[in-house]
Amino acid sequence: MKANLKTNAIWLGLMIAGYYLMNTLILVGVINSFIENMLVTIGINIILAVGLNLIIGFAGQFSLGHAGFMAIGAYASAIITNSINSPIGFYISMGVGVVLAIVIALVVGIPTLRLRGDYLAIATMGAAEIIRIIINNLKITNGAAGMFNIPQFADWATVYIMMCLTTIVIVNFIHSRGGRAVMSVREDEIAAEAMGINVFKWKLAAFVLGASTAAISGSLHASFLQTIAPNDFNIMSSISILIIVVLGGVGSITGTFVAATVLGVIDTILQNFGTLRMVIYAVALILIMIFKPSGILGTWELSFSRILKRIKVKRGVSE
Amino acid sequence: MQTFFQQIINGLSLGSIYALLALGYTMVYGIIKLINFAHGDIYMLGAFWGYYSINAWHFNFIEALLSSMVVGAISGVIIEYFAYRPLRHSPRITALITAIGVSFFLENGMAYLFTSDTRSFPQVIQQHNYNIGGVLISNIQILILVTACILMVLLQLIIKRTKMGKAMRAVSVDADAAELVGININRTISFTFALGSSMAGAAGVLIGLYYNSIDPLMGMTPGIKAFVAAVLGGIGSVPGASLGGFLIGMLETLFQSIGLSAYKDAVVYVVLIIILLILPAGIFGKNVKEKV
Repeated sequence: MKANLKTNAIWLGLMIAGYYLMNTLILVGVINSFIENMLVTIGINIILAVGLNLIIGFAGQFSLGHAGFMAIGAYASAIITNSINSPIGFYISMGVGVVLAIVIALVVGIPTLRLRGDYLAIATMGAAEIIRIIINNLKITNGAAGMFNIPQFADWATVYIMMCLTTIVIVNFIHSRGGRAVMSVREDEIAAEAMGINVFKWKLAAFVLGASTAAISGSLHASFLQTIAPNDFNIMSSISILIIVVLGGVGSITGTFVAATVLGVIDTILQNFGTLRMVIYAVALILIMIFKPSGILGTWELSFSRILKRIKVKRGVSE
Repeated sequence: MQTFFQQIINGLSLGSIYALLALGYTMVYGIIKLINFAHGDIYMLGAFWGYYSINAWHFNFIEALLSSMVVGAISGVIIEYFAYRPLRHSPRITALITAIGVSFFLENGMAYLFTSDTRSFPQVIQQHNYNIGGVLISNIQILILVTACILMVLLQLIIKRTKMGKAMRAVSVDADAAELVGININRTISFTFALGSSMAGAAGVLIGLYYNSIDPLMGMTPGIKAFVAAVLGGIGSVPGASLGGFLIGMLETLFQSIGLSAYKDAVVYVVLIIILLILPAGIFGKNVKEKV
């Protein structure tokens, strides 16, 4: 408990320090609105990718439908804040989006999570496409044109706080009894079942938790960008979240943070290259995967409890 | 009833394109368990090769078809050699991301070199419509169907009757054991890529003739649909891929004809999910028993 307290305090300090650092940089003018946009995009991508990493990296379930749940959150926020135009309305809409995403994740997950590997990937991809096509044809979502003039309640501070909160929830889940159950399912389903773990229940739990964080990021996305269209949530956007997860290292939350930041920065820099941008991006992706197949950080995690322990050991030796 | 048969004919011609693409997916997946996302883009390369060879060198249909099959095969082998071979023993998800990277590279490379404009495919064959009992069939539709069927039969013969086909089947069952009995795994995998990619090249020329327009991003959606077709039929099974392709083509045109064209893709995915829930390994897939 005491050791936990110390590491928790360090993490909390880091988060608050990060917040104030950004705030001062914005006030001083080092971070202009262009960079701020980049930071918000990175933050939203981190929320998405951490949720997907829980499903793919820790539960071992290959889901390709993350953008579908993001779409649910985004449209829930867009529709509700258009009628309740206040910050409270925005948070209500976020809650509604999360509840909707949980319900749909259950509807999608209960039948499909029995499938394995690539079959599951293709089924979840299909489910996300069905969600997108339904949104594309509904009146309330304004069809293929999408929704405009969504009131802006999310600035970078909201995104930063939500990013910290969702990461805390997911990391704590991973370190809990449930997280160990989920990881045992990833390692060997039969062995996990023999140990008395309800395999299906924990797969579903990871899937639903990942989906609900995707809905939160969707709300932030809609509220920050103020325009959304069904095509923002197609297969390609599911794939770009997957790329962040794999590039950072499947099963490493720190890696996801690093990869999302690196990709966000690269994307901003490459915007000067026009059409060549995606070619460079593709070549970089292929080269990273060939020379570092396990992603940037593999399964390595930044852990203060380990660092503290090492310092303690060193001190013990010197004494 | 007439419109029904008309839609069946349209569905069969679209379905044969999907089937040709699905064959490549299913063979590659069967042998190295990789979803080759770049497969749809080889189909795009085939279509562009057809476009340039017909316009610049005045190839006729047969020449364009055969040469684009060769181009497809060569590009497939090159992609396998540079992008997938170094990753043969790494996690499958890494190979998948590489495949996506290759797909991005081909799409955007072509868009950079040839601009992303839509071009109209040269009509090397004059279109005639035959009226059979009220059902209109164009000679291009017949050509597509016949070419696709010939290629599928040929493929089945190669896989079942030749030595290389036997090697392919052996590697797909157990790569290590195949190596022990003296099969050159690298050559077999290259051959598989060449075969599958040549089908995609042929499909590219056929779709150019049928829809009369090509662009660098044309491979994305048919690629994903063809993969769905391969999964539907039972991935790894050649007859399954053909059946899945025809099934998806027919479903799409049928739902288009009853006025639900906005939902045609959704229907395809609903059918996919339902079939996977009833037959988790697809229609013709072998359901492998779990062993401890």
